[in-house]
Parts: sequence; C-alpha cells; structure tokens
Amino acid sequence: MLRYIAKRFFLVVPTILGVITLVFFLRFLSPGDPARLFLGERATPDAVRVLRQEWGLDQSKTKQYLTYMGKVLRLDLGRSYNTGDPVAKEILARFPATVELSIVATVIASVLGVLAGVVAATRRNTIADFVAMVGSLIGVSMPIFWLGLVLIIVFAVNLNLFPTGGRLDGRMLTDPITSFYTLDGLIYLIKDHDPTYLYSALYHLVLPSLALATVPLAVIARVTRSSMLEIMGQDYIRTARAKGLPERSVIWSHAFRNALLPVITIIGLEFGYNLAGAVLTETIFAWPGIGQWLYSAVLGRDYLAVQGGVAFVSVAFILINLLVDVMYAYVNPRIRY
Amino acid sequence: MNDKPQSQDHSLFYEHWVQFRKGKSAVLGLFIIVLFFLLAVFASVIAPVDPIAQHLDAALTHPFHGGYLLGADDLGRDILSRILFGARISLMVGAISVSISVIVGGLIGLIAGYFGGLADLLVMRFIDIMMAFPSIMLAIVICATLGPSLQNAMIAIGVIGIPSIARVTRASVLAEKEMDYVVAERSLGASHVRLIFSAILPNCVAPLIVQATLAYAGAIISAASLSFLGLGAQPPTPEWGYMVSSGKEFISTAWWVITFPGLAILMAVLGFNLLGDGLRDVLDPRMKE
Repeated sequence: MLRYIAKRFFLVVPTILGVITLVFFLRFLSPGDPARLFLGERATPDAVRVLRQEWGLDQSKTKQYLTYMGKVLRLDLGRSYNTGDPVAKEILARFPATVELSIVATVIASVLGVLAGVVAATRRNTIADFVAMVGSLIGVSMPIFWLGLVLIIVFAVNLNLFPTGGRLDGRMLTDPITSFYTLDGLIYLIKDHDPTYLYSALYHLVLPSLALATVPLAVIARVTRSSMLEIMGQDYIRTARAKGLPERSVIWSHAFRNALLPVITIIGLEFGYNLAGAVLTETIFAWPGIGQWLYSAVLGRDYLAVQGGVAFVSVAFILINLLVDVMYAYVNPRIRY
Repeated sequence: MNDKPQSQDHSLFYEHWVQFRKGKSAVLGLFIIVLFFLLAVFASVIAPVDPIAQHLDAALTHPFHGGYLLGADDLGRDILSRILFGARISLMVGAISVSISVIVGGLIGLIAGYFGGLADLLVMRFIDIMMAFPSIMLAIVICATLGPSLQNAMIAIGVIGIPSIARVTRASVLAEKEMDYVVAERSLGASHVRLIFSAILPNCVAPLIVQATLAYAGAIISAASLSFLGLGAQPPTPEWGYMVSSGKEFISTAWWVITFPGLAILMAVLGFNLLGDGLRDVLDPRMKE
C-alpha cells in the first residue's frame, strides 16, 4: 500500500510541473503586452519600459520561466498587480470560503444522489425510477448560472426566505476565528450560547450550495443507479434472496456496499470539480471564494494572480484525485499494487 | 460485430435504427434537436421582429402584453425573437467547437493509440495535464487571454473538449488495432495512413459519435457560461447566456428576462444529452444488457 501511494505521488509531480508550465506559457497567447495593458492606452513608452523591467518582462521567455518556476517551488507566487499583496496570501484568504461551500454542496449532492440512485435501481421501471432519471438528466443539463438566478428570484426576492448573496450578515462581519463561518458559528453557540452567527452562516449557505450541488447530484444519482443495477444482477444477490433475507438487508448490506466503489470515486471527483469550478456559483451569489477572486483577476488582467490561482486550483484538483485513487485502492481489496 | 464484411453495413444500420427507436429518450432528444435546428434555420421567418431592434418605450414589457409573447428586455427588445436567433448562435458555437475537439482530439487519439510507445506516452501525459485543469476555469483563462469574443469562446471550448475525445479515440484504436482484419491488411503491406484512416478509424466512429454528442451539450452550456461572464458573445448579439446576464439586474422586477433564455439553454442541452445517452445504449455494445 505504501509503495502504491509513493508511486502514485511520484507520478503526480510531473503533472503538477506541467500544469504550472502550461499556465505560465498560456499568457504568451495574449495579443497585448501585460505592462501596457496594465498601465492603459495613455501610458508613456518610458513608463511601460520601467514597468516591464520591474516585472522582468524584458528578459527572455526561458529566463522568465525559470525565475517563475524557481519562485513557485519556494511557494512564492509573486504579487498581485492590483492589490500589491502576495498572490499566495490572497489565495489562502479566499480558499476557506470555497472549501466550506464545496463541502456542503458535495454532502447534499452525495446524500440525495445516492438515495435517488438506489431507489431508482431497486424500483426499476417504476414511476420513482422514471422521475429520478428524468430529474438527473435535467440536472446534468442545467446551466448553473441560470439556476442560481432562478433560486434567487424565487427564494430570496419573492419568498424572502434566504439572502441573495454573501457569507454572513454585514453587521456580523468581524475577524473570523477559523475562516469557516459555520465552525465559527458553532464556537459562538457553545461559548456564548448565541446561535445568530451560526444561523446567519447557514442561511447564506443554502442557495449557493443547492445551486452548486445540482450537477454533481445528478451525476452521482446516475452512477449509483447503474452501479446498483450491475450488482443486483449478480449471483450472490440471488443467493442472498434465496436464503430468505429481507429485501432491505439484501439491498443495503449486500448490494449497496459493493456498489459503493464507483460512487465513492465519482463523489471525490465531483468534490474536486466543485472546489475548482465554483466560479459561476460564487460570482452569482457574491461568495467571496477563490473562483470569484480568480474571475476578477482575469478581468483585471492581473496575470500573476491568474497564473498562481489557476495553478493552485489545479494542484488542489490533482491532489484530490490522487487521494480518491488511494482511497479506492484501500477500500477495494481486489486492487493491490 | 466489427469483423463483419462491409456489405452488411445497411442491415447493421437498420438494426441500430430499430434499437434506437426503442429507446424513447433518444428519439425525444433527436426531436428536440431537430426542432431547435429548424427554429434556428427559419429564425428570420418565424421571429416576430428584429432581435436587436430597441423600443425603449416598451422596456420590460410583461409576457403576453403588447405583442410580446415572452415579454421584452430592458431595451425593449423582443425576447422571443432573440431566443430564436440565439438558437443559431448556440448551435453554431456547439458545432464549431465540437469540430475543433473532434478533429484535434481524434487525430491525437489515433496517433497515440496507433503508434504507441514514446509518442503515446508524451501525448497522453500532455492530455493528463490538460485534464488536471478544471475545464470551465481553463476556458475562462483561454478566452480572457485571447480576448473576449464569440470566436475565441469557440476556440476555448474546442480546446477544453480535446482531452476526452482523444482518450475515447485512443481507447478504441488500442482495441481495434489488434483485430484480425487490421493485422491482415497490415500483412498485405498497407501503409500507416491507409491502416489508420480506412481500416481503424471507421470502426472507432461509434464511441466518437457518442462522445461528440455529449460534448455538444457541454459546449452549449460552456458557451452560454462564458457569454454570461462577459467573455463570449458581445452585445447586442442575441446569445442566450448573454441574455441571462443582461437580465440579472432586473431579477426583482422582471423575472421573464432571464427565465426564458435559460429555459432555451436547458432544453437544447437536454436534447443533446438525451440523444447522446440513447446513442450510447445503441452503439456501445458494452452498455447492452
């Protein structure tokens, strides 16, 4: 097992280096010069030259690349041009918001998706199966940015049940304890017996996490259904039924446990996608996470921030995939390397 | 199935068609897609008015009022007409970006699968690296780097679709190239080009079609997302994603401005997903029960 993990980890390193390299060279596709774009049209040639020198753009691409890689290996992603803060610091400040949202969305998607998939598979060709499968097809086809706005129209604007965006009521914004507002809320609840902070954090999570959960929920339901169907056709399920086990026990302790492997993989993958792909959800719900930050960095042509942000998110994605693979090997006794 | 002589193509096709019709969802998907294509082609005939004509006095007219079946947007433009013309754009964007993915990804997959060895190793490592990027983020970065426009959005979406097409092609080439008929043709002295394009490729088309249909659905959503973020279609183009984006300032007063274009996206994407699922059941023997 340890050897397998070490081997997988070793294989991931070139992918990570490749990702950072690709992000670095992507910038050269841009038709304009970053310094000129940053200073605007009316900048004097002198000002542009000074800035180019300051940013090291006057050096050869190879030199720039080597300098950048050297810095990245020391976890220095440079400074954001728009704020002047270190990119790494800005990323770490936004990442917890994204993680919190992704975890909640993935939990919602997993619980409902697995349930829908099992129900659909065990009541095959009934109304329940039909509804679950049509629902999951619609979910897979859903434009998330639109769903988010519809949720806002219905539940925030018309029914006034939930806020339209943000992580917390403005008046409660203080220095967070853990950067995870639901945890902070729990701490306040235990320490001061004051549930308002926790309520506020949870209220703000509902709509964005529902929007973000929709596509993964549909995917998880589909994978669970087909995995369950495959297992339910096996001989040992017939044996279990033949010896008179109640159907509930056949489904949950014989079939479901074995059908779970591909489901776990897909849940892990979807969590990775959520972490990285929450750009649209975060933009719509003004959720101050890494997706929203990256999007504004893209619009602001803050290219060191974009480079660092995309590299960070991709590395997180790669590492989650690695973790899923390792978990898969650990859970599945048939795979031993 | 693939070892059958070419003369049975017709009956094979018929067999597929019979199976295809059994899958009701695939037929429904095909129906939706054909409907959207017809709407797109005849948009200028069906659409009540010019999709970019502004009538500021009719701004935010409710649906079913004053001749606006689906209402009007903030500039008094007819939403129904804009959706009809938007079908042209979404279907075109889908077609072009999927073509980019299929041509580039297909070639990469063919070469990697056929030649194997170092070429395969290098190409697939590169594909792995591309797959390590969350696709929507990669599309955003490519599109923003090239400059926001519909054309660049198509390129970005085409690029993010390359890895999955390449993988699917490579997998079927690997399975196919050991088949007796390929070995036979090789021993007759057929060239690499002939082996790849006239022996192997035709037998790898089925999974490729399935993947391309599903990619079409993804491309429509991605294009709408990019336009929603201001990186794709630019005003006043009647593009569905941009229409949703332009309505988001009025969501508290005018729900119809975002609702109808969003439904159009959902329906079109659903059509392609239904068709893709149905085709997979028919064309991919592994999925048969």
